[in-house]
Amino acid sequence: MAIRLVLGALALAALAGCSIALSENLETYYFLVLIQCGIAAILAVSLNLINGITGQFSIGHAGFYAVGAYVGASWTVLWRPVLVRYASFLEVGTPAGDTVNLLIALALGCAAAAVTGFVVGTPSLRLRGDYLAILTLGFGEVIRVILLNIDAVGGARGLTGIPTLVAGGGLAAFWVFVVLIAVAGLTRNLMTTTRGLTWLAVREDEVAADAMGVSTTHVKVTAFVIGSTFAGAAGVLYAHFFTGISPDIFGMDVSIMITTMVVLAGTGSVTGAIIAGFALTALPEAFRFLKDYRMLIFSVTLILTMLTRPQGILGHGELGWGSFSRLLRRLGRHTAA
Amino acid sequence: MQAFVQQFIFGIQLGSLYALIALGYTLVYGVLRLINFAHGDVFMVGAVICYYACTRWLPFRNLDAHPEAAATNIALALLVLLIAMAVCALLGVLIERFAYRPLRNGLRVADAHFWGLVAALPLTLSLGIRSGAPSVAAWLVIGIGLGYALRPVASWLARRTVRATSRLNALITAIGVSFVLEYGGLIIFGADPNFVPNVVPEAVYTLPGGIRVGTAQCAILAISLLLMGILRWIVLYTRRGRAMRAIAHDIEAAKLMGVDTDSVISFTFALGGALAGAGGALVAALTHVKITPLFGLLPGIKAFVAAVLGGPGSVAGAALGGILMGLAEAFVAGSRFSAFRDAIAFCILIVLLLVRPTGLLGQPVTEKV
Repeated sequence: MAIRLVLGALALAALAGCSIALSENLETYYFLVLIQCGIAAILAVSLNLINGITGQFSIGHAGFYAVGAYVGASWTVLWRPVLVRYASFLEVGTPAGDTVNLLIALALGCAAAAVTGFVVGTPSLRLRGDYLAILTLGFGEVIRVILLNIDAVGGARGLTGIPTLVAGGGLAAFWVFVVLIAVAGLTRNLMTTTRGLTWLAVREDEVAADAMGVSTTHVKVTAFVIGSTFAGAAGVLYAHFFTGISPDIFGMDVSIMITTMVVLAGTGSVTGAIIAGFALTALPEAFRFLKDYRMLIFSVTLILTMLTRPQGILGHGELGWGSFSRLLRRLGRHTAA
Repeated sequence: MQAFVQQFIFGIQLGSLYALIALGYTLVYGVLRLINFAHGDVFMVGAVICYYACTRWLPFRNLDAHPEAAATNIALALLVLLIAMAVCALLGVLIERFAYRPLRNGLRVADAHFWGLVAALPLTLSLGIRSGAPSVAAWLVIGIGLGYALRPVASWLARRTVRATSRLNALITAIGVSFVLEYGGLIIFGADPNFVPNVVPEAVYTLPGGIRVGTAQCAILAISLLLMGILRWIVLYTRRGRAMRAIAHDIEAAKLMGVDTDSVISFTFALGGALAGAGGALVAALTHVKITPLFGLLPGIKAFVAAVLGGPGSVAGAALGGILMGLAEAFVAGSRFSAFRDAIAFCILIVLLLVRPTGLLGQPVTEKV
């Protein structure tokens, strides 16, 4: 146990060191793309829990992302300045104060997204298939329009000037990847619990799961709430590291992009979702020289992938040491023969 | 009272357009159980075609300078409507043939060539060859080359594929098609909004009580009703229509009874495309909205909500749902809550799906195990 703690602490320290080294040596643009990739991966993993592992067809994930971002930013910009008079440790600018505030923002953002997920999920998850998809898309859009009409958070202009909460921005990548690892690890570990197995059961055959005594609605709502919570964390990170949010960056197109990542990667594959999150964020940036044409190429690729490999690139499988060594063995056999 | 009636008239106008688009959703949902996400973009293509026809292709004359040209302009405008309908019908058939049919039957060689040609378009344009015969030649060479490159990949993948097409899969394919139309439109049409100029004489009459009715509104309502009537006749009283209803009822049984399902499904997409094209042309020519490659998305989603409201698969339901949706939106837009205008569709949808998921006129479906 002690060894694991020490190893964990060492890994965290190494990650923090990497993050600071990257922020100092990488151009700001590439650093921001890296952070964006991480956030996209968190979103993909979180939606994967709902879409891929539990098999519920949700395509309005940007709504929960938005709730997390707005509540987290509201803490830092609106509520914290009021409370700081009574609690001086909430002052930003020092590493300790920043960390405390970021953790509080994360907690509040996640909690708000979880509550929203519960409120949205409880009624909607009685439906399934296409109807559930359209309903979640609708809820996502309603959340956006509501945010658009709250003047306290800037309405259509949005909230700007959010402090980064990581002195100089060096630790931004550290936080994003810590959250990503936590989210991916939690998902993976949850899948081996009884609860996780019921998720898989609901995905494979809801009626049979019901017959085996699984409380399907309860199971689906749990997965939905956990997925929303993770999306809220992604929102908090986005708000603080890009220092400005407005309702139109949480539109339907973002929801659709997250869904695309999950399906393209292979529904149910955690590593696949992470890879897709990175690829679908970094590749459009890399092909920026193709201007408008890159999105057309992307869409044709998307269609062809769906037509030739409906189960996604990885399917239900995971990419790990096992699949790597299998590939090596196959290559070895190939060259031997 | 006057404001109420005025909003009511506006709502009917908006609603008849939603109904035209919703019919396309409902027809396709009826036969394939597929949300054709690209349908809103077909509507956009209708509007874009109308813009090109009114400003470049057809010899419309400026009404301010030549008042006597009104009659020829109206005749030409009807021709524009027909052109938009024909192009969008063809587009619907192409979408079905090359995106949705491979989902059902597997990817064929011809499909790989088609998508090679589509992907070659941006590649050619990004090389900087933008006009004339060289660009067409380059496009064909790159496209056919890509098609040949894709063929072995496609056949290799198709052999390994487990044909387990989920709903999610079909939806993502539809989203991909929608992206192709939007970003293709962005390349060809450009991102700047355009307006169709006044091509037909428009007048606004004031009825007793101060209610204003425009000829444009009357024309939209009349043409929509006419098209819906024709559709109803096709679906209920023709051989093709009966085949469509048979497929909607049970596609496997229809196949066994000798219905050529693929061609009937193509026909369904053509019908839906033609209606959306008509809607797009009417919106562009008579309400003078801003036309951009992305402007079909929101009306498309709202029309889908209208189709769900009426009960997916039900033709009369789609028309009713469209009108109700238009009225709801018009009244919200005219009230204190006008900021929530775009959210009302989704609020209706949420309440409806929770209370009556089969829609107003839909048949309840029992789930079979």
